[in-house]
Amino acid sequence: MFQNLMNLISLWALPFLIITILTAALIKKVPVYETFTDGAKDGFKVAVNIIPYLVAIMVGIGMFRASGAIELVTNTLGSILLKLNIPSETLPLMIVRSLSGSAALGVFSDIANSFGPDNYATKLSAVMVGSSETTFYVLAVYFGAIGISRLRYAMLVGILADIIGIVAAIFVCAKMFL
Amino acid sequence: MNYIFYFLIVGSIVIGAITGRLSDVVNSILTGAETSVKVAFSLIGIMAFWLGIMRIAEKSGIVEWISKVIKPITKWLFPEISEDSEALGDVAMSFSANALGLTNAATPIGIRAMEEFQKVNKDKTSASNAMCMFLAMNTAGFQLIPATVIAVLIGIGYKNPTEIIAPTLLVTTIAFLFAIFMAKMFAKLWKKQSDLSGGNE
Repeated sequence: MFQNLMNLISLWALPFLIITILTAALIKKVPVYETFTDGAKDGFKVAVNIIPYLVAIMVGIGMFRASGAIELVTNTLGSILLKLNIPSETLPLMIVRSLSGSAALGVFSDIANSFGPDNYATKLSAVMVGSSETTFYVLAVYFGAIGISRLRYAMLVGILADIIGIVAAIFVCAKMFL
Repeated sequence: MNYIFYFLIVGSIVIGAITGRLSDVVNSILTGAETSVKVAFSLIGIMAFWLGIMRIAEKSGIVEWISKVIKPITKWLFPEISEDSEALGDVAMSFSANALGLTNAATPIGIRAMEEFQKVNKDKTSASNAMCMFLAMNTAGFQLIPATVIAVLIGIGYKNPTEIIAPTLLVTTIAFLFAIFMAKMFAKLWKKQSDLSGGNE
């Protein structure tokens, strides 16, 4: 029921928004075509502005993932996690979900496919992926677009929120699914 | 950021040398650089579309209207930003789009908000409190329905995939509220932005 309602809202949100905006513009006699093209001009500029920041972040993260550092951490901490009832396979996910959205989805698909639908690891990783946003990508895109290079506490808050999210996911899933 | 960048690059090379994956690490430079340009270029079209639509929304007074409606909340979240600023309408629209999982629309609208914040930023190279708050709201990834995750679960024959919606929503809400709280706290505790115009913050 809730799911169906949400699907309906997701499907109609954009069409509704676009119709509302264009109709309001028509009523207020805003020249829609000219205004649209005028605003759209910035699209290229913004995308190009982002490139240097995106290259810095994505090369750094790509190198980090290729170096095997994540496996190193997983092997070291795996036994401790097992004692806390946390499947060690979810550890790479905890690290990767802040770094890369596609990689996180890949790790999650691996876990889901190898453990199957009824396994706790599948459920825990589903909640972890579903509740996350790729913090580093978001920081690079938003700050890159306006040329901010000193992030002050923005990154710290993002990372702390990610950690809280992981801890919360572990607690909530343990209560619900274990 | 400087330390993190240094650690990511130098640390990866050192770790790669230890684990014997140095060639993978070097190859990933090219892949990473290529992917970032692809990502940026793939954004151009959709970015242009939403920036165009949002310009119409701005000219027809919709953004301003939304800014007014959500004033009680945004006044607390972004105390430095003038109450009439259209950035606040953009913030609300970008947040709603994210919550509905419409990332394609959320990002360009969010960038508009950041540009507005940048106009009133005293030091154009460092992040203002308002920017940090907006990023905190975004990095916590508040989303009502994790559609991709559910798709994967359906793919492996999960009987009742919607049962993960409630725990996911609970977790993301906790992270989201925590992020806002942290941003509020750091706005007071963190070293203030250097003021290039010479006044007081």
